[in-house]
Amino acid sequence: MLIKLENITKDYIDEELVTPALHGVSFDIKQGEFIAVMGSSGSGKSTLMHIIGFLDRATSGEYFFDKENISEFDDDKLAQIRNQKVGFIFQSYNLLARTSVLDNVLLPTIYTPDIDSKEAEEKARQLLDKVGLSHRINHRPNQLSGGEQQRVAIVRALINQPRLILADEPTGNLDSKSGQEVMEVLQDLNEEGHTILMVTHEKYVAECAQRIIILKDGRIISDQRVANQHAAK
Amino acid sequence: MYLFNVLKLTFDNLLLQKSRSFLTMLGIVIGVAAVISIMAVGAGAQDLLLSQVSAMGSNLIGVLPGAADEAGPPASAFGIEITTLKHEDALAIEELPYIVAVCSYIKGQGTISYFNKSKSFDYTGVTSGYTSVEDTSVEIGRFIKSEEVNGMDRVVVLGSKVKEELFGQDDPINKRIKINQVSFKVIGVMKERGVVTFQNQDEQVFVPLITAQKLLLGVDHLTFIRAKVDKPENIDLTISQVKSTVRYQHHIKDPAKDDFGVKSTAQALDILGSITQALKMFLVAVAAISLLVGGIGIMNIMFVAVNERTREIGLRKAIGARRKDILIQFLIESGIMTLIGGIIGIILGILIALVISIGVKYFGYDWRFIVTPFSVVISTTVAVSVGLIFGLWPANRASKLNPIEALRYE
Repeated sequence: MLIKLENITKDYIDEELVTPALHGVSFDIKQGEFIAVMGSSGSGKSTLMHIIGFLDRATSGEYFFDKENISEFDDDKLAQIRNQKVGFIFQSYNLLARTSVLDNVLLPTIYTPDIDSKEAEEKARQLLDKVGLSHRINHRPNQLSGGEQQRVAIVRALINQPRLILADEPTGNLDSKSGQEVMEVLQDLNEEGHTILMVTHEKYVAECAQRIIILKDGRIISDQRVANQHAAK
Repeated sequence: MYLFNVLKLTFDNLLLQKSRSFLTMLGIVIGVAAVISIMAVGAGAQDLLLSQVSAMGSNLIGVLPGAADEAGPPASAFGIEITTLKHEDALAIEELPYIVAVCSYIKGQGTISYFNKSKSFDYTGVTSGYTSVEDTSVEIGRFIKSEEVNGMDRVVVLGSKVKEELFGQDDPINKRIKINQVSFKVIGVMKERGVVTFQNQDEQVFVPLITAQKLLLGVDHLTFIRAKVDKPENIDLTISQVKSTVRYQHHIKDPAKDDFGVKSTAQALDILGSITQALKMFLVAVAAISLLVGGIGIMNIMFVAVNERTREIGLRKAIGARRKDILIQFLIESGIMTLIGGIIGIILGILIALVISIGVKYFGYDWRFIVTPFSVVISTTVAVSVGLIFGLWPANRASKLNPIEALRYE
């Protein structure tokens, strides 16, 4: 069991006005699973992903990551977990525009203590080669297509060998062909044993995963395995 | 690795926005340059003032007419004509034990002419003690003798510039010139001496004291008396002896009613030194304000940078940057900008100081080019601390950004 969520709630408090975003969400994520979280906007799926990704703290409930209760961790410890245990993939890629592809990929390693920079660079080159971007290594993100940029972002998420990959609408900004390519990469990673949690509102994209959790108004209304998983290939 | 990456990123950012970085640095450049050049000008001016006074000669005591308290300048310095000081006072001072030489002075202005050439010059009536009191001598001929002073002889010693203007390359000795239509025989030419106590000594002529008083001015007082003491240790004692002597001469019983003032060059140097020091500090304070303004410029631009790079900060936090990491990144950025600005400012400030010293030398003053390591160190330290202090606020704000909101920022 990689992740165990028990009765997670989240309230946003803005000038004494309490807006609940999650009402007691509980589920487990096993090592090697590929889960899609769906739901309309305001359903709490982004909030859930931020809590799972250590970017935000739950108002109440227990969150165990690798059997550790993370509510006991301070901010610096959470930053270290984000750095070494989680890889983020964003809808809008969030690459540094003025920095080369290679340096973008290596960005998380800046914040990793005691890292061998030579080894990290070697790894970055291997991973970029694997997603078919070895010829783009010294280019800047604005010279790349959207699909290529998202693949760079995926490599950046992988550079520190995370236990969990979090993808927030990874195909949201892409045309269907590029989106398909990105999903193909994610499925490949899952087959290699990576655990992936993906937020999406596209049914087709969600069905590339093994399991779909649907949220509505801060509650899980459905948690099912995908009967016919799409192969993006 | 970490520091190298941050430095590289900083330089990339600065280079990408060359004109903005330059304008930001400009405030610091001007501030540092102002501090350095003003400190150099202050030190040069102070050095010039002090050397002007010390060039009069060492171990000197001056007696000036009019009451003067120890700290302030004498009344005669404000152009007030006081007629209490007489040549007899100088003769009495000459009798004192540690006095080596005494000279009485009376100053005037006149038209000096030789054949068809005529020009307005200062003349000074002096006694024979002049050359030893002022540590100078004649270039050609000889100086005024005491018999010529007492005999009211009409002889004149020319300053080197006066000789050049009136005689050119010709030998002036035994030629006759006119001062205010009175004929004088030239007996010597002084050595070139330049500007001392803010008067060009080469642009005046010297005549016997009594001749100047009676024949040219029709007065019997002195402008001042200078006396040379044998050893520095004896100066203080001699000052009090001079005071009581002149008091006796002037029939004054209460020292509070002195109608004269006595000062040594050392005292004058002290006074000048403290005045110029205060002026220097004032100027530096003014220059420091521009450094402050430069710092505010840095702060402003750092706020803009934090806003522009909100998403980047959010991303960095999401992939594992701690608060500390973001804080350091922005502090290094503002620190580097001020450091580069500071270095440019140092170079600029030294150049300005150099240009000023060359300019002042051109006008005949012996102005020294003084840039102290202290001024360089202090202005750089201040500039970098300004960068860090004013960078701290924006950097702190950046480090506190919520990564989720920062990532959503458009």
